[in-house]
Amino acid sequence: MWHDIGLALLRIIVVFAVALLFVAYLTYLERKVIGHMQVRMGPMRVGPHGLLQPIADGLKLFFKEDIVPYESYKLTFYFAPLLCLVCALILFAVVPIDRNFMITRLNIGLLYILSIASVGVMGIILAGWASGSKYSLLGGLRSAAQMFSYEIFLGFSLIGPLMIAGSLDLVKIVEAQKVPLIVYQPVAFVIYLIAALGEINRTPFDLPEAESELVAGFHTEYSGMKFAYFFLAEYANLLIVSAIATIVFLAGWKGPILPGWMWFLIKMFIFVYFFIWVRATFPRYRYDQFMRIGWKIMLPVVLANIVVTGIVMMLV
Amino acid sequence: MAVKEEQQFKELLAKGTSLGKVDQDLMRETIKTQDLWINMGPQHPSTHGVLRLILSLQGERIVDTEVVIGYLHRGTEKLAEARTYHQIIPLTDRLDYLASPNMNFGYVLAVEKLMGIEVPERAEYIRVLMAELGRISSHLLWLATHALDIGAMTVFLYCFREREMILDLFEMATGGRLTTTYYRIGGVAYDLPEGFLDKVEEFCEIFPSRVKDYDDLLYANRIWLSRTVNIAKIDAETAIALGLSGPSLRGSGVNWDLRRNQPYSVYDKLDFEVAVFDGCDVYARYLVRRKEMLESCKIVKQCVEYLKKTEGPVMAKVPKVIKPPAGEVYMATEAPKGELGYYIVSDGSTKPYRLKIRTPSFANLMSLPEMCKGHLVADVIAAIGSIDIVLGEVDR
Repeated sequence: MWHDIGLALLRIIVVFAVALLFVAYLTYLERKVIGHMQVRMGPMRVGPHGLLQPIADGLKLFFKEDIVPYESYKLTFYFAPLLCLVCALILFAVVPIDRNFMITRLNIGLLYILSIASVGVMGIILAGWASGSKYSLLGGLRSAAQMFSYEIFLGFSLIGPLMIAGSLDLVKIVEAQKVPLIVYQPVAFVIYLIAALGEINRTPFDLPEAESELVAGFHTEYSGMKFAYFFLAEYANLLIVSAIATIVFLAGWKGPILPGWMWFLIKMFIFVYFFIWVRATFPRYRYDQFMRIGWKIMLPVVLANIVVTGIVMMLV
Repeated sequence: MAVKEEQQFKELLAKGTSLGKVDQDLMRETIKTQDLWINMGPQHPSTHGVLRLILSLQGERIVDTEVVIGYLHRGTEKLAEARTYHQIIPLTDRLDYLASPNMNFGYVLAVEKLMGIEVPERAEYIRVLMAELGRISSHLLWLATHALDIGAMTVFLYCFREREMILDLFEMATGGRLTTTYYRIGGVAYDLPEGFLDKVEEFCEIFPSRVKDYDDLLYANRIWLSRTVNIAKIDAETAIALGLSGPSLRGSGVNWDLRRNQPYSVYDKLDFEVAVFDGCDVYARYLVRRKEMLESCKIVKQCVEYLKKTEGPVMAKVPKVIKPPAGEVYMATEAPKGELGYYIVSDGSTKPYRLKIRTPSFANLMSLPEMCKGHLVADVIAAIGSIDIVLGEVDR
């Protein structure tokens, strides 16, 4: 029994340490990639090619003064970033990096991810509301509408693949894929990517924190480590979204020659790179246009996709 | 108003207590919803400096916009009254600090007009060359920040790459990058350095392909279109009534460019097209400036061609002490942002009695409330970007 607990703890430590390191270095990766896309170098000063930059950033944020606005609701103000980060991190618990390597195997893994992710949204709404600032409030309201509606499309876009895979268990979903599901479900894949961009607040849908309009949206009033929590949560969500795409559409760890975990990471980072690339390319949609795209275009398409998938499965 | 409301409220209370229920109509009249007021600026990332807007919102829709200016007031006009005519040139640099040659240009032309000075042709070509480079650099900075406001981050850095080339050219010719103070009454400070014209030619070769880079990211981008088409519309009539000028006016379909309509310097000898688009919206203003950059590039090429062929003085015979005859003069030029006018009243002494500067950004900014009405907060950002203001010019 002690042996089991020890093993579980070891897994938790490994997965979370790696996840946090990845999240920290994701910021570095993004800055470098976008930098080179924009004919500049990105971070170069701290360490060789700026490799220690994320650590320096972390240290800096750690030592920053912790400013709490007078008008804020203190308890909620403290609680919101924690909620965001915790919800983002515990998602890693069910992600199967290899056939046997994961913290825990849930038979409703995908459902768990979707539901915890929507709790994470609450953190953003609470942050916007608790800050006691109009800009934050607008940012919080926007994210409320945006993230709730895009979660619906995200969920629906995964239903098609789920019908084919026949399970909510992430391991079974991967094992059911002889051919990556992207081949059978291209529409769902595209919808998933767009909804994911909306869900994790990235360009062209980064409306809750549109820095040119709402200054920084819901985290305008946050500083120091509390800000860092939001920041980490955002990048952790980026990783999770990419991981789900890998598992559901690209057959997770499966692939020739290389070990499974390596395939998993390669596929995941293709998505991460895609999200970064999108950020460097597109302007930002306006809030109402964004909602219109969601409800008037994406929802019908994704529903039609489910119906068509169902009919084809009946016939075949 | 307040007194009346208070009275009504008292009446309501009285009724409420006497009848035991609340009169619904009176209630509706007395208890009102209020617009949300938002203070945008002076410290806001997209108000391009220290512009402050007071927005009344219903939800995210704009009911009213109030523009508050004056945060960058330096009293340029008053300062000018205590300076000699040549000492005023550096002051004009600091009006629109993104296109200082153009600011110099208008001022020296005004003094020359007042004094009746003939400027050597070579000097005129150099001036036009620098002014058009200034226009390109100003428009580049506009495109950069405008695109950044709408969220296109990469265009920002691309534009800065090209603007850097122009600033390097300025540095080579004048020693200054931002505030060049290159023009003098009667010509320019000194002739262009060796190799300058080749570098300008090089720039003109590269530049159109770089504009294509921006087009790839914006021109037909669906998101860009949906953010700019039919946003912040202003029809030609209103635009003229509000004193809009420059690219913002030409974006409303008014074919009016002082370089062609009231040619000054050597613009009548140069071949260029005036960019006019009649969309009246943010996108049309984008198209105008985009085309103007290319047209300016054409003008620069023609100037280089002329300057390579000819030699000559770059300064007219001007007395050491500038003492214009008593009188007044108004000289309007086409600056990158619109009509830039200098109105000088001279009493015959070495200092102007009064210098009034009609700056384009100031007049253009006043059309902002009209443009924003009924739009969303996000559109205000697009609108501010599209009229291209520089606060140094607005506040003077």
